[in-house]
Amino acid sequence: MGRSFTDTVYDMGDSQYSFSLTTFSPSGKLVQIEHALTAVGSGQTSLGIKASNGVVIATEKKLPSILVDETSVQKIQILTPNIGVVYSGMGPDSRVLVRKSRKQAEQYNRLYKEPIPVTQLVRETAAVMQEFTQSGGVRPFGVSLLVAGFDDKGPQLYQVDPSGSYFSWKASAMGKNVSNAKTFLEKRYTDDMELEDAIHTAILTLKEGFEGQISGKNIEIGVIEADKTFRVLTAAQIEDYLQEVE
Amino acid sequence: MSIFEYNGSALVAMVGKNCFAIASDRRLGVQLQTIATDFQRIFKIHDKLFLGLSGLGSDAQTLYQRLVFRHKLYQLREERDMKPETFASLVSAILYEKRFGPYFCQPVIAGLGDDDKPFICTMDSIGAKELAKDFVVAGTASESLYGACESMFKPDMEHEELFETISQALLSSVDRDCLSGWGGHVYVVTPSEVTERILKGRMD
Repeated sequence: MGRSFTDTVYDMGDSQYSFSLTTFSPSGKLVQIEHALTAVGSGQTSLGIKASNGVVIATEKKLPSILVDETSVQKIQILTPNIGVVYSGMGPDSRVLVRKSRKQAEQYNRLYKEPIPVTQLVRETAAVMQEFTQSGGVRPFGVSLLVAGFDDKGPQLYQVDPSGSYFSWKASAMGKNVSNAKTFLEKRYTDDMELEDAIHTAILTLKEGFEGQISGKNIEIGVIEADKTFRVLTAAQIEDYLQEVE
Repeated sequence: MSIFEYNGSALVAMVGKNCFAIASDRRLGVQLQTIATDFQRIFKIHDKLFLGLSGLGSDAQTLYQRLVFRHKLYQLREERDMKPETFASLVSAILYEKRFGPYFCQPVIAGLGDDDKPFICTMDSIGAKELAKDFVVAGTASESLYGACESMFKPDMEHEELFETISQALLSSVDRDCLSGWGGHVYVVTPSEVTERILKGRMD
């Protein structure tokens, strides 16, 4: 007797839906990844600038309602003491990546008794994002990441996209208003820029596309300099910088 | 009789001024019977990093193959050589993976790190590291090597004197051990060059 349709389906093993959702369109594009990039493009603006003596990353922190306690939202996360990350796109997706990246960094540290280099952590994170474009039963991540770190090779800034591709940038932006923000950064960026300068430029760039009044409570800034300690600025510290750029 | 003493071995590493030396005997025996007199126990990982493996000869070769494999992957991935400290942690982790069925080896690691600072260390067969500033020893001749090194070692030797010292320490120690000997193999590593010498000793 021949095999019935249901037999075939159950033979697939784990689940009926364990095929990859990301499949090539006849024109050779992976539309799922393009949709993921659209999700990033409609997310809140984030940007990063690599200065000669450090890196700054910054993002908008717009909350859905004034009733939300803004102190409970933290968009910039620390991966290792010398590496921080910010995302544009879907918040919950970013937390999955942050958790996996932290674990990877810890495993590296346990094996070699040495902090993971920024390039290695970025590569591992990008590998996870790539895996989610080819595995069954999952969808690509709806986030792009900006990873800022300082290691033996100096200050570094990377952007990782949902496809799993990554690039090292002198300055980059993502999310809403990318093109405006990038044009602004292209005009302002210089190779000999120092960190304080870069922080000012980061704030001005955010301000350009910001709807409403910018304040220490509705943006986040993370910096790392030669002391190799990534820190997220407090609302009060941001307010001080806002005064300076006035 | 311990399996660590089955083949016999003598290993020693010493630190000099911006240089280090690592030396071993050349005997491979099966208990008291000598099988080979050109056995290799010291391996080059890269230009400034050497690994010596005392103990069971077969495990030494297998462990060496695994470590070279891991180091080559690291080189490809990170586009750099491993620092001696990093390599020591890797060896330690690989040994501890086999905590309850260990490789019967006691490694000695010697290398030049950042700004050519010499690094030496040894560990037991399950990866407990022991760092030293002066010298480290391992193998069946380790007890006599301790004595020889303690009386002959001086800090901050130049590479010529370091070679003499480590060679004399090795040769006099293996004469007091039935399971090691048949000449020696010495590497002296400075920031600019690696010298490898084969020693003839009491070939009996």
